Amino acid sequence: MAEHIVTKKQYSYVFGALLLLTFVTTSVGMMDLGRLNVIVALVIAVIKALLVVLFFMHIYWSTKLNKLVVVAGVAWLALLLWLTLTDVLSRGWLPFPGK
Amino acid sequence: MANHSLALRHQFDDVEQQKDASTFGMWIFLATEVLFFGGMFCCYTVYRSAYPAAFGHASNHLDLILGAVSTAVLIFSSFTMACAVNSASTGARNALVAFLGITILFAAAFLVIEMSEWRMLYKEGLMPGFNFTYKEFDPGHVQLFFCMYFAMTGLHASHVTIGIGILAIMAFRAWRGAFGPDYFTPIEISGLYWHFVDLVWIFLFPLYYLIARHLQG
Repeated sequence: MAEHIVTKKQYSYVFGALLLLTFVTTSVGMMDLGRLNVIVALVIAVIKALLVVLFFMHIYWSTKLNKLVVVAGVAWLALLLWLTLTDVLSRGWLPFPGK
Repeated sequence: MANHSLALRHQFDDVEQQKDASTFGMWIFLATEVLFFGGMFCCYTVYRSAYPAAFGHASNHLDLILGAVSTAVLIFSSFTMACAVNSASTGARNALVAFLGITILFAAAFLVIEMSEWRMLYKEGLMPGFNFTYKEFDPGHVQLFFCMYFAMTGLHASHVTIGIGILAIMAFRAWRGAFGPDYFTPIEISGLYWHFVDLVWIFLFPLYYLIARHLQG
């Protein structure tokens, strides 16, 4: 795996994008868009996270093994959220005796 | 290649393998950190879905501008950290020390902003366990919101504090000339840690400052 040196100029583009996205998400946060607020805020957060992981943390140029660790970390987090929420959010959907 | 032998431990074939092993180990650690914070994010999601109105009222007591500014400050420190890694890889020692210094400075600025937010909440009587006098809408669940707010931002702030310590050690070692283009793995690894701290805040900011504001019901 050859060493990849990312230039300061490339980093500054990523920084600019992150700052812009922070400004956008804050501005949208001040408006009341109903359910859309959550979706916009989380989509922007995920885009920002991707920028940080891929470029600041060099995963874009990293080994397959490191990429796998990132995917595994996110997958376990998804599993945690998914299994918890399928339980919690579906409580009370069906009547059961004794309640 | 002479420098390599100085830094290469005997269990590795070459410096590249040694560096890959270090980076891999750090990513494994960061994956455990994802789940460490993940449990709290999960807790937040469950209670937010259960008590949306209380979370809406509570969220409006946070200062959105302060939150946005601290986000920008932390992102800037992440950028200067990335520049520090770049300087290390080109062997620019003075630039490396300077960028680490700026990163530490902005990390400290982030903590100052966060402390002022906590102080404000304390004064408003919104700090559970110390001063909680909020009596308006659904105080019990507003208290729950602030318990989680302080737990999560507190855990994050402790990571920032540890980060400052690590970066200070790195700056000292860099100043002593411990790193060069052949060997700067500790700088790279510290960078990964620092970007992770930024990453957590990228999610904390919208969850606490943005997406609960309009849930007043």
